[in-house]
Amino acid sequence: MSSTDPIAVFRIEAAECLEQIEAGLLDLTHQLDDKALIDAVFRGLHTLKGSGSMFGFDALAAFTHHCETAFDRVRKGEAPATAELVAAVLDAQDHMRALVDDPNGDHDATSQRLLAQLQAAVGGAAKPAQWVTAAAPASVVTDKRKTWRIRFSLPLNAMINGTNPLGLLDELRDLGECRVVANTSTIPSLSALVPTELYLSWDVTVTTEQPRSAIDDVFIFVMDDMQLDVEEIDGNAVVATPKEAVVSAAPAAPVAPAAGEIVPVKREAPAQVAPVADQRQAKVTESVRVPAERLDELMDRVGELVIAQSRLSQLASASADIGLRSVSEEIERLSGELRDTMMVLRMVPVASLFSRFRRLVHDLARETGKVIELVTEGETTEVDKTVIERLADPLVHLVRNSIDHGLEPPEERFAAGKAEAGTITLSARQSGGEVIISIKDDGRGINRERVRAKAESSGLIQPGQQLSDAELLQLIFAPGFSTAAQITNLSGRGVGMDVVKKTVEALRGAIDIVSLPGQGSDVSLRIPLTLAIIDGLLVRVGAGRYVIPLSAVEECLELSLEEDLRSRGRSFISLRDSLVPFLRLRDVFRTGTKPDVHQKVVVISTGTERVGLVVDQIIGDHQTVIKSMSKLHNDVAHFSGATILGDGSVALILDVVHLVTVGQQQEAHLRAAG
Amino acid sequence: MSAKILTVDDSASIRLTTKVTLTNAGYEVTEAVNGAEGLDKAKAGQFDLIVTDLNMPVMDGLTMIEELRKLPAHMGVPIIFLTTESDADLKARAKAAGATGWLTKPFDPENLVKIVRKVLGR
Repeated sequence: MSSTDPIAVFRIEAAECLEQIEAGLLDLTHQLDDKALIDAVFRGLHTLKGSGSMFGFDALAAFTHHCETAFDRVRKGEAPATAELVAAVLDAQDHMRALVDDPNGDHDATSQRLLAQLQAAVGGAAKPAQWVTAAAPASVVTDKRKTWRIRFSLPLNAMINGTNPLGLLDELRDLGECRVVANTSTIPSLSALVPTELYLSWDVTVTTEQPRSAIDDVFIFVMDDMQLDVEEIDGNAVVATPKEAVVSAAPAAPVAPAAGEIVPVKREAPAQVAPVADQRQAKVTESVRVPAERLDELMDRVGELVIAQSRLSQLASASADIGLRSVSEEIERLSGELRDTMMVLRMVPVASLFSRFRRLVHDLARETGKVIELVTEGETTEVDKTVIERLADPLVHLVRNSIDHGLEPPEERFAAGKAEAGTITLSARQSGGEVIISIKDDGRGINRERVRAKAESSGLIQPGQQLSDAELLQLIFAPGFSTAAQITNLSGRGVGMDVVKKTVEALRGAIDIVSLPGQGSDVSLRIPLTLAIIDGLLVRVGAGRYVIPLSAVEECLELSLEEDLRSRGRSFISLRDSLVPFLRLRDVFRTGTKPDVHQKVVVISTGTERVGLVVDQIIGDHQTVIKSMSKLHNDVAHFSGATILGDGSVALILDVVHLVTVGQQQEAHLRAAG
Repeated sequence: MSAKILTVDDSASIRLTTKVTLTNAGYEVTEAVNGAEGLDKAKAGQFDLIVTDLNMPVMDGLTMIEELRKLPAHMGVPIIFLTTESDADLKARAKAAGATGWLTKPFDPENLVKIVRKVLGR
């Protein structure tokens, strides 16, 4: 079979199965009790159902399941093979052919009729189909570190049957910080020892954010035959083992916090102080320190390799040389893996960033006389080291802001019925290709009236100008903006928030603010995981090719020429009941070319706001190495960088944040105008 | 060196899916169309892992697993079998015959790779 499309292969196979079923059924009409024939028909039905469900022929699979069940009963001797059954399945088999040929057609009525016929023939065999796709249990990271003690022993023949206990231990180690102690007391004397049998048992302590089910998943294939004992233990009370001494953590005396005191709280408790220190020590012994520049150099080389590889792929795909193609595919895979490895090398946990804040919050609590609880979450989330370095100052500023403007003094909180201790939550989590770092407080929230008054008095907006809530909140990032009634040592000097925003945008990130009066504010920084290589969508506008960062792309739609003409003068598309403004990149870039007949709209978003970009053609996804533009191009709008395509030509990378802003402003203008 | 995997299935489309999925994941894949051919190919070349269907003509998967486990060279070779959710009894029999793990049909190719990686270890 030369075809490599599994669906095409399935259709051919289904035709063969149906022929085999038909032949078997016809033979059965002459000799109803022939076991070999019954088996053959059952197998045909079984394969048809199994493969059908694999390749999306769900109606076929569901229908065939009933026939298979009926034949299974006959095969097992639970029901007799009757002429009615054979006739019913013969009829059903024609229907299956239709279900293969036209899987999306309306076959329900026929299916129902044939199933009723089948049911009449066997009596009660046609139960509703029930098989469930064995979806792998999604690994839920609860961000709640727990320590588990796992004691297990495997059956003696586990290794003969292909289970590798070292693999299981590796999987446990992958869950988190892990300590393994093997129990060797059950090993028999040499004369009694059978080398293929497994005598060891293990006692494992693992500290993980993964749920209990992740531990069960490790043992999924041996669960039924093994001894497994899993219990949650206190992370500090390290289990005493023959070779390990008990380490007791210093007891933290819980006293009522006095004003000006900071209470560090880790949600990942139970008290993690000792294990974290352990983990650090372990890391030191296992790692090699490398100067950061060398990593950057390596990154550059990998970047160039990715570009060279994409040129090779392009050459190979145009060539008829099979050998060249296969080498090219191999190199594509290898360079992808190399890139992934490189990315991981540059990643460091945000713990190093968050740890500085304990001291900062401590000092600020003292200065302001506020009682502050600092909660950190998701400290193991990893981010590119450059991102961590650049985010340190903006985060300091945001935390200062939250403490100074957000949190109320204890007496005010008490009067408002809140706990006297205010909480600042620093959290990090990964979401798709981004890391979201958020600074949350449970203070008074941002005072909209004061923001508006300040913006009007400093001329940022016209008095009475209509603004959405999001736009109003974004004003605090305007240069020279400050709402502090008095200028304190901490913040309110009017420098900072605009710098925060610039820094985040320079990292191709965005800031979202949620603030509820009386309940607090949440400032989230969304930063791409890596800075050097992105997945992009390659598009064509006029004769030029451009890259849109894929993480910002929400969807792509078609914009026919008539629609485009009809929408001249206004620039919205209606997208599932909401109006999205769009920009014709042809006009923005002044290409002077005629639009393609089938233009496309790429909807991009910065998280809260969306804009459609009209392009002439979507070429496809493209992994892009970002080359920053020279200083000469500092004032170039619309673009955040450039990249080199497979054929050696240059494509510019669109600046998503900027374009969304432009699109939204244009919409606002049009709305104001008319 | 990439691990060698033998896939045994009478369904050409499932064989193709398995082969393409595992080849893309970097493994070297050999195909067999039933238990008897699987047994022959396994004896002729050492594999790191075997993925097999159970219900097949000529020789079924259960018999093949039992025969393989009798051979010293095939003790300890991980064997994954394909089964359906509804067949708990068959699953128990395949495990008793010496299988290492299973994959429920219809399967997601990613899940296949995940299970192969799990059973082969790091």
